[in-house]
Amino acid sequence: MKPLPDERGYFGVWGGRFVPETLMAPLEELTRAWREARRDRQFRRELEELLSSYCGRPTPLSLAGRLSGHLGGARIYLKREDLAHTGAHKINNALGQCLLARRMGKPRVIAETGAGQHGVAVATAAALLGLECRIYMGVEDERRQALNVYRMKLLGAEVVGVDAGSRTLKDAINEALRDWVTHVRTTHYVLGSVLGPHPYPVLVRELQSVIGAEALLQIRSRHGGLPALVVACVGGGSNAAGIFSAFVPYRQVELVGVEAGGRGSALGEHAARFAGGAAGVLHGTRTYVLQDQLGQVAATHSVSAGLDYPAVGPEHAFWHDSRRASYVRVSDDEAVEAFHLLAELEGIVPALETAHALAYVTHVAGRLRREQAILVNLSGRGDKDVAEVAQLEGVRL
Amino acid sequence: MSTRIASAFTRAAKDKRAAFIPYITAGDPSLERTLELAFALEWAGADILELGVPFSDPIADGPTNQRAAERALARGTSLADVLALVRRLRFRSELPVVLFTYYNPVHAYTLPRFAVDAAAAGVDGVLFTDVPVEEARPAAEALQRVGLDLILLVAPTSTRERIKAISKLASGFVYVVARTGVTGARSELEEALAQHVKLVRKLTHLRVAVGFGIGTPEQVQRAARLADGVVVGSAIVDRIAELGDCPELADEVGAFARSLAAATRR
Repeated sequence: MKPLPDERGYFGVWGGRFVPETLMAPLEELTRAWREARRDRQFRRELEELLSSYCGRPTPLSLAGRLSGHLGGARIYLKREDLAHTGAHKINNALGQCLLARRMGKPRVIAETGAGQHGVAVATAAALLGLECRIYMGVEDERRQALNVYRMKLLGAEVVGVDAGSRTLKDAINEALRDWVTHVRTTHYVLGSVLGPHPYPVLVRELQSVIGAEALLQIRSRHGGLPALVVACVGGGSNAAGIFSAFVPYRQVELVGVEAGGRGSALGEHAARFAGGAAGVLHGTRTYVLQDQLGQVAATHSVSAGLDYPAVGPEHAFWHDSRRASYVRVSDDEAVEAFHLLAELEGIVPALETAHALAYVTHVAGRLRREQAILVNLSGRGDKDVAEVAQLEGVRL
Repeated sequence: MSTRIASAFTRAAKDKRAAFIPYITAGDPSLERTLELAFALEWAGADILELGVPFSDPIADGPTNQRAAERALARGTSLADVLALVRRLRFRSELPVVLFTYYNPVHAYTLPRFAVDAAAAGVDGVLFTDVPVEEARPAAEALQRVGLDLILLVAPTSTRERIKAISKLASGFVYVVARTGVTGARSELEEALAQHVKLVRKLTHLRVAVGFGIGTPEQVQRAARLADGVVVGSAIVDRIAELGDCPELADEVGAFARSLAAATRR
């Protein structure tokens, strides 16, 4: 079988390039640049060197002993992306793309951010590499993630609030695309997930595949075999694609992506694209989109800003349809419960995004045998969410 | 190919002027007023009308058209409503209509049904802002079957190869984007525009219209010397936003459009 995506950026019927004509030339330039860079030994060495000496990779694999005991079933292993520099997996992609921007001779980078983790990662990489940086963020997310807004400013980035539509990640991407279409010649758009027009879904997956590659080796040596189950949260789907990619060829490993079930099943109350979405085109790619019958994109809700998005990466749509991965949803409340559980049992405060994956694990771990393993991508740490959770629970800080 | 679009360009060329192509968003401030505006624009000298289909996430549009789409969507304007509007226009007018739309509303409507209904309503051409030539074949085939033109964009960043491919698949005319960026009135036209239009002319047999960032009679006059047609959008939409749903809306917009139409004379 030929590797996916095909040369037009399709994973089966999903993906492609639905963008204004002005962006086609820069997308082709980016595709070419990445094709060359990924084969260039010097580029790869520089990226690997930064990932190890600057980001702290490889990130460890931790056995969650008390959590496993508490749930009374499979052994739960955590891939500790929260320990990567800036506190989430986002840095893997941000560093790779900023290196690529420099290689393409683009002095300016822009990015969108939801939870602020991608924005912080891009601001960090831009500072490290001496690039000008502007981050777009919905004003609702700025409110929820005030700490990360200030972090980005400390790192020298300009943060632009987007006060349109639902004022979240979707609207930040709209605005970033408008900036890019206006400044294509000097600017690289560092898209933060496996979304958007080709080549972004494959580019971001390849930059994040380091997670899965490390985890596969680590769990084989620690557990002595493959896990029964790999679980990751799915907003756009970059941390999930990163860890899934290594396990896709092993059919005996079940892959589960966890979406945001929000506070209800009505349109607008959640961000579960596979449960409530239909085929559509948003932000340059054909995928599952939460939308009304007339093709207008729906508002979404999730307690976690990073999952609060109406579309999903096209490769996930492909894995879903081909049944290679399954997608489930957990509610806001379940995620917050798991947020507490991990903090209390393992001394790790996870990001609210990650807490969705953990919430699913609490439901299934007990059904697996003790000698089986569950691998969870602990995609980010929860410092950024502490204030929001406190507010939800009526605690004044 | 739509005969209405072709004859609009022929008529304009005979008059020694560029075709005047105003853009408005359907449903802003209401569908009823859009119909009234369409007639006012025709009387003001419009040769072709570009009618925007409102979409929730208009990535190619600047703030002016974004707000217009928001206003139209707040009133519940759907693609079916826009087609019904064109049908009503056709009872009284032969003004060629090009729908300016994002792909998703059409995708939801389904492409084959859209093509048939658009043709039946009296639409002449369709421009998808976010469908480049690589993705446009299904749309081109569906529209061709019912005799509608597929208008494709040419950008300042389009290479010669792309312009050739665009010219091969498009019909009616090609729409040259005057500058990189989103829609919206600007004070300056890019210097490189003349060069670029010259290049496009060399590579296509189709009529060439220029748009994006053209909003004053002076800019129209400059663009009219380069191209077969001149599109003015945001400057008109701005007037509509300022005036709102007031009784003088159509007269005021018509008067502004007349000043733009007069500037198309070479």
